[in-house]
Amino acid sequence: MTSIAAEAAAEPSYLKAGYTLRSWLLTTDHKRIAVLYMISVTAFFFLGGAAAAAVRINLITPEGAILTADGYNKAFTIHGVIMVWFFLIPSIPATFGNFLIPLMIGARDLAFPRLNLASWYILMFGASFTMYALVAGGVDTGWTFYTPYSSMFSNSHVIAAIIGVFISGFSSIATGLNFIVTIHKLRAPGMTWFRLPIFVWTHYATSLILVLATPVLAISLILIAAERLLGIGVFDPALGGDPLLFQHLFWFYSHPAVYIMILPAMGVVTELVTAFSRRRIFGYSFVAFSSLAIATLGFMVWGHHMFVSGQSMYAGMVFSILSFLIAVPSAIKVYNWTATLYKGQIALDTPMLYAMGFIGLFVVGGITGLFVASLAVDVHVTDTYFVVAHFHYIMVGATVMGYLGALHYWWPKITGRMYPEWWGRISAAFVFFGFNLTFFPQFILGYLGMPRRYFTYPPEFQVLNVMSSAGASILAVAYLFPFFYLLWSLRYGKIAGPNPWGAAGLEWTTSSPPPKHNFPEIPVVTAEAYAYPVAADGGATHHG
Amino acid sequence: MEPTKGVELWPVQLSQHAQQVDWVILAFTALLVVLVLPVFAAMIYFAVKYRRGSMADRSPSASRNVWLEASWSVIPFLLAGVFFAWAASLYFDLFHPPADSLGIDVVAKQWMWKFEHPGGQREIDTLHVPVNTPVELTMISEDVIHSLYFPALRIKQDVLPGRYTRLWFKADKVGEYHLHCAEFCGTDHARMGGSLIVLDPEGYQRWLGQAGADTSLAAAGEALFRKYGCSGCHGANSSVRAPNLAGVYGSPVPLDGGGTVIADERYIRDSVLFPKKQVAAGYKPIMPTFQGQVSEEDLLKLIAYIKSLS
Ligand code: HEC
Ligand SMILES: [Cu+2]
Ligand SMILES: [Cu+2]
Repeated sequence: MTSIAAEAAAEPSYLKAGYTLRSWLLTTDHKRIAVLYMISVTAFFFLGGAAAAAVRINLITPEGAILTADGYNKAFTIHGVIMVWFFLIPSIPATFGNFLIPLMIGARDLAFPRLNLASWYILMFGASFTMYALVAGGVDTGWTFYTPYSSMFSNSHVIAAIIGVFISGFSSIATGLNFIVTIHKLRAPGMTWFRLPIFVWTHYATSLILVLATPVLAISLILIAAERLLGIGVFDPALGGDPLLFQHLFWFYSHPAVYIMILPAMGVVTELVTAFSRRRIFGYSFVAFSSLAIATLGFMVWGHHMFVSGQSMYAGMVFSILSFLIAVPSAIKVYNWTATLYKGQIALDTPMLYAMGFIGLFVVGGITGLFVASLAVDVHVTDTYFVVAHFHYIMVGATVMGYLGALHYWWPKITGRMYPEWWGRISAAFVFFGFNLTFFPQFILGYLGMPRRYFTYPPEFQVLNVMSSAGASILAVAYLFPFFYLLWSLRYGKIAGPNPWGAAGLEWTTSSPPPKHNFPEIPVVTAEAYAYPVAADGGATHHG
Repeated sequence: MEPTKGVELWPVQLSQHAQQVDWVILAFTALLVVLVLPVFAAMIYFAVKYRRGSMADRSPSASRNVWLEASWSVIPFLLAGVFFAWAASLYFDLFHPPADSLGIDVVAKQWMWKFEHPGGQREIDTLHVPVNTPVELTMISEDVIHSLYFPALRIKQDVLPGRYTRLWFKADKVGEYHLHCAEFCGTDHARMGGSLIVLDPEGYQRWLGQAGADTSLAAAGEALFRKYGCSGCHGANSSVRAPNLAGVYGSPVPLDGGGTVIADERYIRDSVLFPKKQVAAGYKPIMPTFQGQVSEEDLLKLIAYIKSLS
């Protein structure tokens, strides 16, 4: 192997830079912080997943199998709150973005390493409030916290839950700022903007949204607290407030938040598709700019969540057409990923299976997004299972697929060891199958008229609900597989070497796991991103 | 007239609007499938043909046809635009009830729907309407946001506290159908539903008779008009200078400080609860607020009475 790796070996890997708990909890190394995030979001994922399991088990019978009405309402609320704010939002950016952005741009760390550590602590501090709300008896408002129910009527632990979410927002803002400054200031010599991997572009776009949208969420949550605790009339008409104001504020954040969840996954998929077809991304600049287009347009479509809320007809029409528009940059990406495969050298390893799964599910989510953007159709399907299915195709189908794809692809870089390929492929297949069995029936349920957030439902919906719950149990098992075999691989996995995939990208030029300071010396970049084929001395030793 | 049991393959279409919405989604699905299947097919085909180690020809393609590529994105987009317009025009219709609609009032609260017919008939969680007759619901909530949803009609509308919203439909098949609350509203949200019962004209008349109401909404409103002392100021021989409410409904009212508003339900409701908000031109703002004294149901009766004066 190469001289680079040999030199890097002079400095111990980041994993060996210290073994005490303290060396982890007080680290400012972006790679260790990424691992802290990974452990935490995994815990949140399984916690949110447990709540989802309770929901799906309950819906096996029309009368509700295991939960009371309030128990059910709390289960889906905590599922949504944890999954959105403590898993999906931090998932790819805070783990893989954190780990990879400095490696990909040839930097030694993020611009503000201590802020980076602080943002993890802020997330944990926020999470502790939300966990308190959970332990103290739960919240029952739905993750959307609609007023005046949340501010004046709910008898559950709304304040603790929203304080948790409020605090976690500062973690998002800090991470976003850190990424923006890092990408502007710390690129290695020769790493021009148009040589950046698309992963970095999508994280840049994501960071802009994190910084610009999160404060609006913070404001709306403070206003709920002001009304609930101090009786200041903001949203409740009985106090002179306007209930729709909350929805405008909330969706002004929460629609862009969807792009916080999906853009990083699009970046991941671009890396995976190029690496496993050994081809430069088709239409690099289109893909790069479409991320910024999505981030910008994403701020102008929030009203599509309010077509039946009593907002004006003309507002509805404007929001509808803008929502159609935002499909264009997304469609461009799908075309370009597909075109990248053309004349490639394609290997269907686990990460690539996840990438293709992502594309498939993202397309279904996107198409049904056009349905719900169509005014009269949305009037029928909004607040039904159709919408539930639609956003799970995007947020679980696409984003979680992207997360798992990233996890397998960069696992050798993060840990220095390969995961077992056969298990990886099998699990990917099960995830795909289980996911579709869980959520496809929900489109039909919704179109037939089953409203969401129902712990009991008319008996004619039972067959489809049982199918969905069966799918969820497969999905649950399929998500547990990687958890076990990845842990197993930490000890027994094959040694990966610097570049097991023969992939392009600076992160693959340093050893696996990388040394504490990433590169023995700062690389000088002379080539475009995705310069395939990778020269033999780049360490192109595919394991297969 | 039991609600349908067993697995439904396609939901009942209870109105023309419902049929149209179904057409939009079916045609749109067909279009998108035609656009997307080639992409999926290409993905799989490429994955097989260009699998690593295969002997497929990988020599660089000769030329790129930019126009072809552009048309790939522009044409689908224009086609999608047709569906935007179609769905938007159906949405537009929902905001324009026919003038001869039968008006029914709806008051929502945790966790029940109260319906009040013009003749004074009241029912809870069940709504009886005549077939082939446009029905317009004027809806308000006493507490949180609810949403009245009729799947068979493919329509729903949020029901807000503090503000009237409307929903209209014309059911064209006799029968019993679901109605649900679609906006999460607390513990028994899932149980806040019932039936929409569509009757033939004779059946509806019979039901009106049986449902037994001593007084029409307007008459009940007239009684309240005296009870709350409105007539003391607004009555014909009152000594206070207050506008005569006859004919006010639906007509433009010049406001103190300029501008006019059409006196609709919202305006009348606001006049009673927030009299200082919009003061009729030429009068002193002496009308007291009735906030906290008049319930939403009484307000709707007062409105029915004032409407009946026009
Ligand atoms: C103290 C006398 C008084 C009482 C009692 C009173 N009003 Fe009024 N009302 C007025 C005056 C004066 C105006 C015109 C100034 C304004 O718009 O506030 C008015 C305006 C209105 C208007 C707007 C009419 C228009 O032409 O714009 C409505 C509707 C109305 N009142 C309904 C009621 C109802 C219903 C009640 C009983 C619940 C009631 N009022 C009780 C004095 C009174
Ligand atoms: Cu949205
Ligand atoms: Cu409800």
